[in-house]
Amino acid sequence: MDALGFTQILVTMIGRFWPVWIALALTFALSITYKRRLGLYGRLFDSPIGMTGFALVMFWVFTALFANIVATHDPLAQISGMKNALPGSPLKNPVEGIYAHYLLGGDNLARDVFSRMVVGARSVLTIAPAATAFAFMAGITLGLPAGYFGGRLDTGLSFVANLVLAFPVILMFYLLVTPEIRETGPLLLGWRASIPNVMAAILFAFPILFLCILWNARFFTTPARRNLYVGVTLVLGLWIYAGLAFRADPFGLWIMEPNLLNVFVSVVFVNAPTVFRIVRGITMDLKSRDYVAAAQTRGEGPWYIMLWEVLPNARGPLIVDFCLRIGYTTILLGTLGFFGLGVSPESPDWGSTINAGRKLLSIFPVPALVPAIALMSLVLGLNLLADGLREESLKD
Amino acid sequence: MAKFLFRRLFTMIATALCLTFIVFYLTNLPPNLEKIAKSEAGSRISDAEVESWLQKNGYAQPLLGRYGEWLGVLPGWTATADDGKVTGRCIPKGSDPAAAPRFCGVLQGNWGWSNVFKEPVSQIIATRLSLTGWLMLSVMALMVPVALLIGVLAGMREGSKLDRTLSTFSIATTATPEYVSGVLFITIFASSMTGLKWFKGSATSAMDDITFENFFLPVLTIALYGIGYIARMTRASMTEVMTAQYIRTALLKGVSFRQVVMRHALRNALIAPFTVIMLQFPWLLNGVVIVETLFNYKGFGWTLVQAAGNNDIDLLLGCSVVAVAVVLITQLISDVGYAWLNPRIRLS
Repeated sequence: MDALGFTQILVTMIGRFWPVWIALALTFALSITYKRRLGLYGRLFDSPIGMTGFALVMFWVFTALFANIVATHDPLAQISGMKNALPGSPLKNPVEGIYAHYLLGGDNLARDVFSRMVVGARSVLTIAPAATAFAFMAGITLGLPAGYFGGRLDTGLSFVANLVLAFPVILMFYLLVTPEIRETGPLLLGWRASIPNVMAAILFAFPILFLCILWNARFFTTPARRNLYVGVTLVLGLWIYAGLAFRADPFGLWIMEPNLLNVFVSVVFVNAPTVFRIVRGITMDLKSRDYVAAAQTRGEGPWYIMLWEVLPNARGPLIVDFCLRIGYTTILLGTLGFFGLGVSPESPDWGSTINAGRKLLSIFPVPALVPAIALMSLVLGLNLLADGLREESLKD
Repeated sequence: MAKFLFRRLFTMIATALCLTFIVFYLTNLPPNLEKIAKSEAGSRISDAEVESWLQKNGYAQPLLGRYGEWLGVLPGWTATADDGKVTGRCIPKGSDPAAAPRFCGVLQGNWGWSNVFKEPVSQIIATRLSLTGWLMLSVMALMVPVALLIGVLAGMREGSKLDRTLSTFSIATTATPEYVSGVLFITIFASSMTGLKWFKGSATSAMDDITFENFFLPVLTIALYGIGYIARMTRASMTEVMTAQYIRTALLKGVSFRQVVMRHALRNALIAPFTVIMLQFPWLLNGVVIVETLFNYKGFGWTLVQAAGNNDIDLLLGCSVVAVAVVLITQLISDVGYAWLNPRIRLS
């Protein structure tokens, strides 16, 4: 079997992504057909920048979804003779049922670079948006009252937020994401009250808190509906909460590896103060508006005004920041991987792959280059998407 | 103004104390202390021996007390061994215990001893920081003019082709973290793949002798990530100024576009980016750590990674004091500078 040439590699790679192309084409066809009925999302398709960004982001989302079909090999399998193989190299001993080429070569442990990049998209695209969402929940739940009530609460919360923001990020990661920190702390009923676990217990409670207050503020006049919504939130929320924060899910469905939990919590912790400051700033600006005064005159409670009057009007900048922040979180996760913190060295996520590849960078650059370009294109897509959204939302 | 400065200083000191205490707490977790005891007294010692080693070396007191000692507001610990020999925090080996000062902490200039480099922390930080100083200086010299130029050119005529091109470029640079651009640059300019080899992929030789060949890639890598951000801020500020009434008046009076930009718009457009540039310093610190690791330039960032990776408590504390000081001082300068540059705030 011959090695593949540059054009052949390119064509084969484009071919491997076939489910992604189909899904992308479907998404775009449907969205453009119905774009007048889709609100802000539909208007995104009027801006070329937004569309490019959306296409890049969705490319990686679909790649993550169809990673099993797109990848040519097992991302952890080492095949003898393929150590640092050049792109397009054929397998030394082709076996029936195994793809016959390493499309982008092999890394220093003889694993397929292409498959690792594809499967790595999955781990990046599950952690980054989830961590950003948790950071937003914490930031919004604390930022709204800080901006609305002001006073002591605001001073205290702002001081803590500035404290976290003044902490050099890498130093914080080095201190927070260590095996030692996971083993320190008193044992309570089999649950260790170590710093990451306590932080998880606090940070993961915010979404439940947020949703409960949200339902209660709106429907407390009709207790039956209120009880239904709050009840469903509590049952589902506490189930997931018990699994993620306390590793006590009775069905074993929601569980997080301790080192992944450590990474996740640290990333949420770094992002939450910035979201807090943004939400606080917007709330302080919006609370002097007429509709807030009208709601106050009607006798609405403060939480109703914050969650059902102020928050919906703040959604534009928040959606834009959400996109930007996913990109930033991806960069942060890459940084953690780059310093070899938290994630296991086997993991195919892009940061660790760059870290593993950089030792031989000047001789075999491909293993580090591939995840680097992947990470860059995803973050670029998110930034362009945010820019497009900002432009379109300003047109109102 | 005096009241504002006083309040700022008070918050700053409180923040610095809180942050150093958090670092102190996290570096002094029991497993970390145990590791130190094992590396100093032998790796096979029993738990009881670890306990007694910690006792003898002053690690067994309450955390807050030890933080006070490290800071230099509480007297350093002393212990008398069975043979009557007095040891203590402020008593260097082989010196007379009676002559030792009572207090010796960061405030007295005693930053401690690095276990990894076997040198006083203050000395390590001074040499490493000067190396990083050169890096930072070069980055600033490259980043600030380029970013301001891009921002002003893009914001001059909003929506023009030039604006679109430059804005896309800025977005692209903010999407490229240092570890990605560093890898790209080394691959393109310093590897055997393209065969260009214009620059060196390692900056180790730049520690003794800075040349364009060994220093440009690390500087460019750090600068690039910041350029996009500053340029976008400058562009936003510039477009806002360009729509102001006085600019329209000047244009309608027949002043040339170049004159309007240079004489009237630029000064006002550069107030906002000033704050952003000052707040970039903490970010540079981040980039410095990544780039120094990637290019093997043994400056402050590299030292921080070594200290954190090897749990070198005193060195790590020293590094964090410097890092926190940099962040807080730049914040203060940016606040004061903004108030001073902006007549609307200065005069009120």
